[in-house]
Amino acid sequence: MSHCSRAAARLLGRFLRLQQNGVRHCSYSASRKNLYISKSTKVICQGFTGKQGTFHSQQALDYGTNLVGGISPGKGGKTHLGLPVFNSVKEAKEKTGASATVIYVPPPFAAAAINEAIDAEMPLVVCITEGIPQQDMVRVKHRLVRQDKTRLVGPNCPGVINPGECKIGIMPGHIHKKGRIGIVSRSGTLTYEAVHQTTQVGLGQSLCIGIGGDPFNGTNFIDCLDVFLKDPHTEGIILIGEIGGNAEEDAAAFLKENNTGPNAKPVVSFIAGLTAPPGRRMGHAGAIIAGGKGGAKEKIAALQSAGVVVSMSPAQLGSTIYKEFEKRKLL
Amino acid sequence: MLLVMREKARRPSSRGSTSHRSGLSPLTAQTLHGVPDSRLPHGGAAAHPRSGRSPLPHGGRRSAPCPRHPARPPPGRHAQPLSSPPQGWAPRGRAELPPGERGRAGTAAAGRAGGAAKMAAPLAGRAAVALRTLALRSARLRGSFPAVQLTPRRWLNLQEYQSKKIMADHGVTVQRFFVADSANDALQAAQRLKAKEIVLKAQILAGGRGKGIFNSGLKGGVHLTKDPEIVEQLAKQMIGYNLSTKQTPKDGVTVKKVMVAEALNISRETYFAILMDRACNGPVMVGSPQGGVDIEEVAVTSPELIFKEEIDIFEGVKDHQALQMAKNLGFKGPLEQQAADQIKKLYNLFLKIDATQVEVNPFGETPEGQVVCFDAKINFDDNAEFRQKEIFAMDDKSENEPIENEAAKYDLKYIGLDGNIACFVNGAGLAMATCDIISLNGGKPANFLDLGGGVKEAQVYQAFKLLTADPKGKPEQPKELESTRCSFPLSAGGRSALLLLAKRSAQRSSRL
Repeated sequence: MSHCSRAAARLLGRFLRLQQNGVRHCSYSASRKNLYISKSTKVICQGFTGKQGTFHSQQALDYGTNLVGGISPGKGGKTHLGLPVFNSVKEAKEKTGASATVIYVPPPFAAAAINEAIDAEMPLVVCITEGIPQQDMVRVKHRLVRQDKTRLVGPNCPGVINPGECKIGIMPGHIHKKGRIGIVSRSGTLTYEAVHQTTQVGLGQSLCIGIGGDPFNGTNFIDCLDVFLKDPHTEGIILIGEIGGNAEEDAAAFLKENNTGPNAKPVVSFIAGLTAPPGRRMGHAGAIIAGGKGGAKEKIAALQSAGVVVSMSPAQLGSTIYKEFEKRKLL
Repeated sequence: MLLVMREKARRPSSRGSTSHRSGLSPLTAQTLHGVPDSRLPHGGAAAHPRSGRSPLPHGGRRSAPCPRHPARPPPGRHAQPLSSPPQGWAPRGRAELPPGERGRAGTAAAGRAGGAAKMAAPLAGRAAVALRTLALRSARLRGSFPAVQLTPRRWLNLQEYQSKKIMADHGVTVQRFFVADSANDALQAAQRLKAKEIVLKAQILAGGRGKGIFNSGLKGGVHLTKDPEIVEQLAKQMIGYNLSTKQTPKDGVTVKKVMVAEALNISRETYFAILMDRACNGPVMVGSPQGGVDIEEVAVTSPELIFKEEIDIFEGVKDHQALQMAKNLGFKGPLEQQAADQIKKLYNLFLKIDATQVEVNPFGETPEGQVVCFDAKINFDDNAEFRQKEIFAMDDKSENEPIENEAAKYDLKYIGLDGNIACFVNGAGLAMATCDIISLNGGKPANFLDLGGGVKEAQVYQAFKLLTADPKGKPEQPKELESTRCSFPLSAGGRSALLLLAKRSAQRSSRL
């Protein structure tokens, strides 16, 4: 197929998708603002008394996150890590006034935990769990996009962090530094590379959101880019993608529409999996080149056409965005 | 993350192929070698008068050109034609088999999420299809073998009869069959079938069965016959013997079971698939009345012949949706309802077994007025293993790379590549990026390995053992490990495993 007709097919496909999804997403996108956590955000933890929940809750407390309690069905009324334990999200929300929940529940029960949080109208739900069956997430997502109170991040994600203010997830807090770069990524540990580098070059991070590696998740690149573009504290953006799906191409289209002209914020990107063999699931459930689609090359091309500076090496994200800042005299 | 230099990985040439192209796993190289010229799109097998392709392999014999086969779909269709296929759609297209494989009937080994191993399609047939579907048009014009990174989809390995049984259990119409593990059983099965013609197929995971040879002297792993006695004679020369094909090790694979199935005529082929589509956030049906040909080509040349229907995950396939799809696929009269029923059953199967994709090609019509799934490919969701124990228990790992089996035992996500720089990484994205950065700097990664975030000391230790193991089993020389980069602290498990290894290595050196 010639390049022209392929591009036309893609465009048409995208148009059809937007048409189909437009009605549904109108309401859900209203919850994007819940992504911006802060010092005052009260957080509760589902799976509080489990091994992962305990470990990461302690880390969050050490970081200074405003963790106010947790949920462990059947253990309501007890105390854990000096905080109250509740039987349900609804109860916890009522008693603590929490506006965010983090889920460390094993895969067979995690979708139910997300549903419980949606039932309780939690403004922000961050699901760390990896390994939730795709069908379960399809059902969760079906509910999610038809409401506007709850924003889900993940599953299979490292979480969300506003450096120095609030850490919801498993990321190492000490590498972060409050600053000017918004980072959004499908990968956890690869995000930490970007964080470390931007800390080292002195730019720091305004908000870091890990959207996770699953094919069906609650928040995509566009949701985060929208938040970053509207946030006066975010002066530059790093977007880390990988093979599989169309999220990066959609992000590129969004940037083309919303981030052009003299006031465009600099965006730097890295796409993992350029050398991945097709047909193999590279760790993440969503990281697969299937049927010739979802490859890194196309994503890189799409992003470049939207004015994004794509780094070929994950080791040069910090230096690349620093150079962009220099170019635009933002330093 | 830790980069480890080691000796060039020498994998046993288990499939009889010793060439390793850069970036390809040995399996991949094998696959490419395994594709006979006759199977290439421009190859020389006797072409069917109508489609220009090799005769059908399914135990499906195409009868004289069917007057009912529409060149264009009937007017008044409501389902929206697809300009570009759904995101998650990974069409297999038609598996072509050499004339000897005509008896192949039914489903091939299924694969895990994202990585589907084939059902009945032999490996070589899959490779031929993969070559066609994975952006090889320019190569085809050149008329040469492209050096692409193809990987046979070897995740969940099911034998043909297992996948067909799963389908049959869910009410999907497949060719009637029995499985036999002795010649006498095969005879009885053939007699019980009471079919006009029988196809006898050796059950191994690898492909190329039609052109394979048994060490009993019998040529061909797939045979058509009308006589049950002949079935018995053939089975006697199959069961317990080794079948070597272009995709098995030199010595072949022992055939423990054979499938005795009824061979059916096929008068019309359509394409039908159900998959979880990211763009639509849920299940999508994709169909085309142009089955039996390269579906990717249909998507490109005649996109109006590809029909897509979104399914609401909570409401399921509605009657009118199933009927409309059946209409779009060209089924008429009583066949329309039959096809609609099959579509609904396929959807139920799709949900029940936690599939991420079920692709039926061809979704065919027999002259006797039956709608039959002649062949199918199923991708299973790895994440659903905990609740699909029966299916995952059927996983036959015997034809996998041993190192990948070993890694899977410890829950390590390991993919063998063909280089000499081993990778040992926490996190899938970082692991992919590590392979990328190695290539960027002119090196070659030996593997992808994602230890994951919550890795324990024991797993880290096993991972190190895997990476530093000498595949030829020679006595180990102490290998030099250069840690060239350690960008972030390994997880607690990683650090303590490193200390443990260092201690043991020091103990060993002091003993030397």
